[in-house]
Amino acid sequence: MFSNIMVPVDRAHADKLSLAPDTAAKLAKLYRAPVTYVGVKAATPGPVARNPAEYDRKLAAFVAARSEADGIEVHGKPFVSHAPAADLDDALIRTVNETGSDLGVMATHDPKIADVLWPSNGGKVASHTNASVFLIRG
Amino acid sequence: MSDTSGPGIPAPEGPSNRIDTGYEVGQDNISMSVGPFGLDIHNPVFAISGLTIIAFVFVTLAFQESTGAAFGDLRDWLTGTFDWFFLTAANIFVLLCLFLIISPYGRVRIGGREATPDYSYTGWFAMLFAAGMGIGLMFYGVSEPISHFSSSVAENAGTAESWAPLGGAAGDAAEARDLGMAATIFHWGLHPWAIYAVVALALALFSYNKGLPLTMRSVFYPIFGERVWGWTGHVIDILAVFATLFGLATSLGFGAEQANAGLNHIFGIPVSDVSKVVLIVAITGVALMSVVAGLDAGVKRLSEINMVLAALLLAFVLVVGPTMAIFTGFFHNLYEYARYLPELSNPFGRTDDNFRHGWTAFYWAWWISWSPFVGMFIARVSRGRTVREFLTCVLIIPSLVSVFWMTVFGGTAIDQLVNDGYQVVADAPLELKLFAMLEALPLQQITSFIAIVLVIVFFVTSSDSGSLVIDTITAGGKVDAPVPQRVFWASFEGLVAIALLLGGGLGALQAMAVSTGFPFTIVLLLACFAILKGLHSEPR
Repeated sequence: MFSNIMVPVDRAHADKLSLAPDTAAKLAKLYRAPVTYVGVKAATPGPVARNPAEYDRKLAAFVAARSEADGIEVHGKPFVSHAPAADLDDALIRTVNETGSDLGVMATHDPKIADVLWPSNGGKVASHTNASVFLIRG
Repeated sequence: MSDTSGPGIPAPEGPSNRIDTGYEVGQDNISMSVGPFGLDIHNPVFAISGLTIIAFVFVTLAFQESTGAAFGDLRDWLTGTFDWFFLTAANIFVLLCLFLIISPYGRVRIGGREATPDYSYTGWFAMLFAAGMGIGLMFYGVSEPISHFSSSVAENAGTAESWAPLGGAAGDAAEARDLGMAATIFHWGLHPWAIYAVVALALALFSYNKGLPLTMRSVFYPIFGERVWGWTGHVIDILAVFATLFGLATSLGFGAEQANAGLNHIFGIPVSDVSKVVLIVAITGVALMSVVAGLDAGVKRLSEINMVLAALLLAFVLVVGPTMAIFTGFFHNLYEYARYLPELSNPFGRTDDNFRHGWTAFYWAWWISWSPFVGMFIARVSRGRTVREFLTCVLIIPSLVSVFWMTVFGGTAIDQLVNDGYQVVADAPLELKLFAMLEALPLQQITSFIAIVLVIVFFVTSSDSGSLVIDTITAGGKVDAPVPQRVFWASFEGLVAIALLLGGGLGALQAMAVSTGFPFTIVLLLACFAILKGLHSEPR
């Protein structure tokens, strides 16, 4: 039913937000679909990594660990952005298109009034791609 | 497993000499919610900066006369007493940059030996000008050459009352013109760009190569060590926020007054508080959209639009103005700049006190007070360039563009005054001199409208890039802090500008913003040492 699953990962909160990757892994096994983890990082030093190279290594390590633990085909796609908060949606949409993903499994928060001003990432992906979007609250 | 293709920045980097510190970017940050908005702010820089700014605005509004006089006196005292210090420091910055261009340090690449540039030359240049100087070039491109020419040619040139540079050239129009252009170019050429370049290079080096957070304090790691993460660093960052916000807010306030005067001149729109507030709200509104859209979709795009408009206006004046005189004037002005540079930059033994204190030292303090903002913005968009390429493009090429701009606009205005006897350009108030010059050329309605649009969009590009910088500093160097924080700073800046415009006190706080140039001069001199130390340990 699904041929490729896209999962954004926030490496700053990777330890806390495992629900979306866990769910994606179960769906991937069910449909024998590979999972592509997308990470968006600024070029400037941040809490996760002090440069893009370090971020790449960390995402690769995360992807390898998930691949081993879940026993599925997993890919990593790091994006280095000048303004991650503003560019996240574009990075996700681009990944969906480039990888031909037909499902996005994304962590989300409870709806807030601020969503009126800044729509959720899941909503943006759903409205700008052909992929289905599975939002995981947590 | 993971590839490195991305929408913008190619990864990595290659060898660089990272600083080993136990400090993690954002470790002092507090994540919290204010209503529906999530925040990720540095403790205590965000709170102290915000509260101090509010307190200063209230004090200025409540005690307008006394604060106006006090801050004005402080500025005059600093630029009058320490003019030699400002001039010497600026000379050091120029010499350091020139040394770095020709030295082996020039081979060091920002972001690591294998890093590639984040932005094309076009986008990069557009952002350099839009953030740091565009608005000034619009206002002073005509008025400053005319001012120096008029004071130099006047009968009282060389007296204690005169504002002429280097004693002027009383009665000698040709010499006064050369001196006026040289003095103007001196204020918009190598020295201001060297000030920006020093701050930008220091920040870029210590952030992209050394792995420290993108905040002013990081530059001082070689000097203060781990103490930069404590109060020493807090004070540096708070001062940077302070200088940036007040610099932007007062410029926005004055800019609204000037734009209002221009709109009145062209379209008859009344000069009133309502018009000015509408202008500030409109400028802030566009800046808000720009900061929400981010660097690539917002700031860069607006900067590029502005560069195209500025180029069109420049080309128009060049073609319909005295074209040959401008072309020959460009090389002639470069020669005159080089000829007068040793005298104009000499800090000691001069008699042109008014010019030295009121123009040069004021300008140097003003550029230096803006340098944390412009420098940090330039640093953020300059990853992947070598030090030589960076300094050539931040120092030499913008200086040449400034010379050309001043030649086209100032040269045309002086030509109108001297050869055509067009006195209007000399008599018009400061904010209308550009329009007065354009009035004497064909299609003045269209060109004046483009000029007004340029002025307003240059304010937008200063406002949005400034808000990004303040947000980064007050988020402890994180550039991925929640968007509402940027919205807060851009709105706050507009509100401060409106409060000061309506309540009075723009001049007072601008004087105070300029006064922060003095402590920052010391900060920048220390940054020169930090740059040399930092570059020395980099693989070349």
